[in-house]
Amino acid sequence: MNVLVYLLPLALLLGGLGLAGFVWSLRTRQFEDLQGAGWRAISDDDLPVLKQKDKSS
Amino acid sequence: MSAAAPGQARDFSTFIRDEGDGVASLELAVEGMRCAGCMASVERTVGKLDGVVSARVNLTSQRLNVRWREGAATPDQVIAAVAGLGFRAYPFVSRQAETKEAQEEKRLLRYLGVAAFAAMNIMLLSVSVWSGNASDITPETRDFFHWLSALIALPTAAYAGQPFFESATRALRARQVNMDVPITLGILLALGMSVVETLNHGEHAYFDSAVMLIFFLLVGRYLDQAMRHKTRAVAGNLAALKAETAFKYVSDKEVREVPIAAIAAGDLVLVRPGERISVDGKVVSGRSEIDQSLITGETAYAAIGTDAMVYAGTLNISGTLTIQVVHAASGTLLDEVNSLLEKATAERSRQVLLADRAAQLYAPLVHATALATFIGWVLAGLAWQQALIIAITVLIITCPCALGLAVPAVQVVAAGALFRRSVLLNQGSALERFAEADTVVFDKTGTLTLPLPQIANAADFGPGDLALAGRLALASRHPLAQAIVEASGAAMPLTATEEPGLGVRSTFEGREILLGRPSFCGAEEAAALVAERYPEASLMAFRDGGRVHVFAVQQALRPDAVETIQGLKALGLAIEILSGDRPAAVAEAARDLGIERFQAAMTPADKIRHIEALAESGRKVLMVGDGLNDAPALAAAHVSLSPVTAVHLTQAAADAVFLGARLSPVLAAVSLSRRARALMVQNLRLAVLYNAIAVPLAIAGYATPLVAALAMSGSSVIVTLNALRAQGKPGAGP
Repeated sequence: MNVLVYLLPLALLLGGLGLAGFVWSLRTRQFEDLQGAGWRAISDDDLPVLKQKDKSS
Repeated sequence: MSAAAPGQARDFSTFIRDEGDGVASLELAVEGMRCAGCMASVERTVGKLDGVVSARVNLTSQRLNVRWREGAATPDQVIAAVAGLGFRAYPFVSRQAETKEAQEEKRLLRYLGVAAFAAMNIMLLSVSVWSGNASDITPETRDFFHWLSALIALPTAAYAGQPFFESATRALRARQVNMDVPITLGILLALGMSVVETLNHGEHAYFDSAVMLIFFLLVGRYLDQAMRHKTRAVAGNLAALKAETAFKYVSDKEVREVPIAAIAAGDLVLVRPGERISVDGKVVSGRSEIDQSLITGETAYAAIGTDAMVYAGTLNISGTLTIQVVHAASGTLLDEVNSLLEKATAERSRQVLLADRAAQLYAPLVHATALATFIGWVLAGLAWQQALIIAITVLIITCPCALGLAVPAVQVVAAGALFRRSVLLNQGSALERFAEADTVVFDKTGTLTLPLPQIANAADFGPGDLALAGRLALASRHPLAQAIVEASGAAMPLTATEEPGLGVRSTFEGREILLGRPSFCGAEEAAALVAERYPEASLMAFRDGGRVHVFAVQQALRPDAVETIQGLKALGLAIEILSGDRPAAVAEAARDLGIERFQAAMTPADKIRHIEALAESGRKVLMVGDGLNDAPALAAAHVSLSPVTAVHLTQAAADAVFLGARLSPVLAAVSLSRRARALMVQNLRLAVLYNAIAVPLAIAGYATPLVAALAMSGSSVIVTLNALRAQGKPGAGP
């Protein structure tokens, strides 16, 4: 059972990392527009633009 | 849509925020931006403008945040660019109430995240203990696991439990009991007992129960808050898109269009014919007729001259006025209306809601049961420590998890369903009151009828005449001309000269064409004939060469008003009309709609008195109205609804606001709310049923932490799933 001494703190640490990530995403306002964020993921606007100043896009 | 003349700069300085380093930013409410494609094209187009540093759309709240280098771009350019894509945009400052909602939502989400983390990790430890208890766990290992659980649970509860603790303290200070009191007590006792058990090397600790309770309840709170925030945001956008501005004299000669937020008492503003007056004030020069229907419900125009008082929300019809502002935007309000409103609002806050009633029944009952259990076990000869543990288990098992979720879960789902049917709830608790309503009282002008007048005799005209009249009407500022524009769908204005107070004049294919007063067009005879058929209508004549036509423009009922009234009657509601308008006009509308009971020429005080009389005879009144004269009546009624075109004071007094030209949202509000209330009661019964099974187990001393965890999550999930049924049939929305 001695292995628990390492495993449990490790488990808590990993969980804590997840929590820290959540708090970070909250702080950086990533939860403010859940609807838009979903669509942004599949938008191609961040791909490198091949033709500069393409007004017809 | 703006009345600004070309070249006249609009002054948006009150909306612009200085971000330092020569960068300025602005929030814009954008109408109709609902799809991912719209979002991308708005961002791309605005982002490409010279001088714009960034453009970021928030699709949830339908807003656009633009940052630009000062001097290199102007808000007008941004608005024009967005308008070029087909979206109407208007600058926006978050109201304080909305900012608060947003902060509260964020806070709850943070608590929720912490509680979720803690619940998962404690459950990991708890499951090990439970399975170990059944096999070969050593007491030392179990103690270690319990201590670790305590290490996570105690700070979590202290942090994420704050919303419940705060609310419970508030209630207790006011010497009341709400649902949060038993919740708080349950959490504290569960934690306290678990710590004592752990110290005594006991077998059972309830850290997981306490944290899971917090987690489930926070889910309910968060969803509720998110819904409320979204509603607020949409309502805020609608207010912003009304674009209430005024033309302020910045010097003797120069007039500038400014948002009403930037107008102060004492300022002089110019109001041209066809514009809505956006301030309260005294006429300094000019004479005109004004349409006061939004204030008094009276549809006939009132003549005013120098020194007359005018109020925000009235429409200037015929002459140019210069007005000295008495109250600026925030204070636009009749004193009488204001005091009636305050009184009525105070009345309403005394009502007791379903959830609170449940809490008031529940708390003493549960605490008495726990006490009886303790005394019973002591009398039966058990040591008091063990008896106390069993008693506390009873409290934990009956934990009001399902009870706490029963009502809010339904509220959230039903509010979302109403939202899709164009009804915005100001508060979730209004659902219960909508469900209880047994009488509907309608205002007439702007509520049963469309906010803008319509052409009554459109069938008399050939499409060619109507189209030509429409193009000429585009050149006129007169409100009646707007009705002709809308009916004809004309988009290309003719160049015309406006003769103030008379009409507009132009030539078309060599013929002289005129639109205006019947006398201006030489159409008195035709006008007399039309006036006989439409005694309530205002007349506008159109002369095309030798031929004359007379338009009868009057208030028209909302397109589905008749069906909606029938639907409400089918639900068993009594229906009445209370209007400030003339008896003849009200009687006609009542006849068309099949409403037997109506009263006309009512003052705001009359309306309140009537509603109070109805309430005294045991009726629960749903008031639907839009005018400033309705605001006190809306607040006095059991529950209230107003169209989005209503003045903002009236909207603030109403429990819900509905959008669009149709009246059917009134029906949706009542029927969905009834369904929601039935589900709330059902959910409360489910919660009671669950307690009826779990509590005897706990009293008998058989409840272990495992049983508590299963019962709690099981009942919460069932109650939440049941709440989803409040959505109603999909696709029934407008």
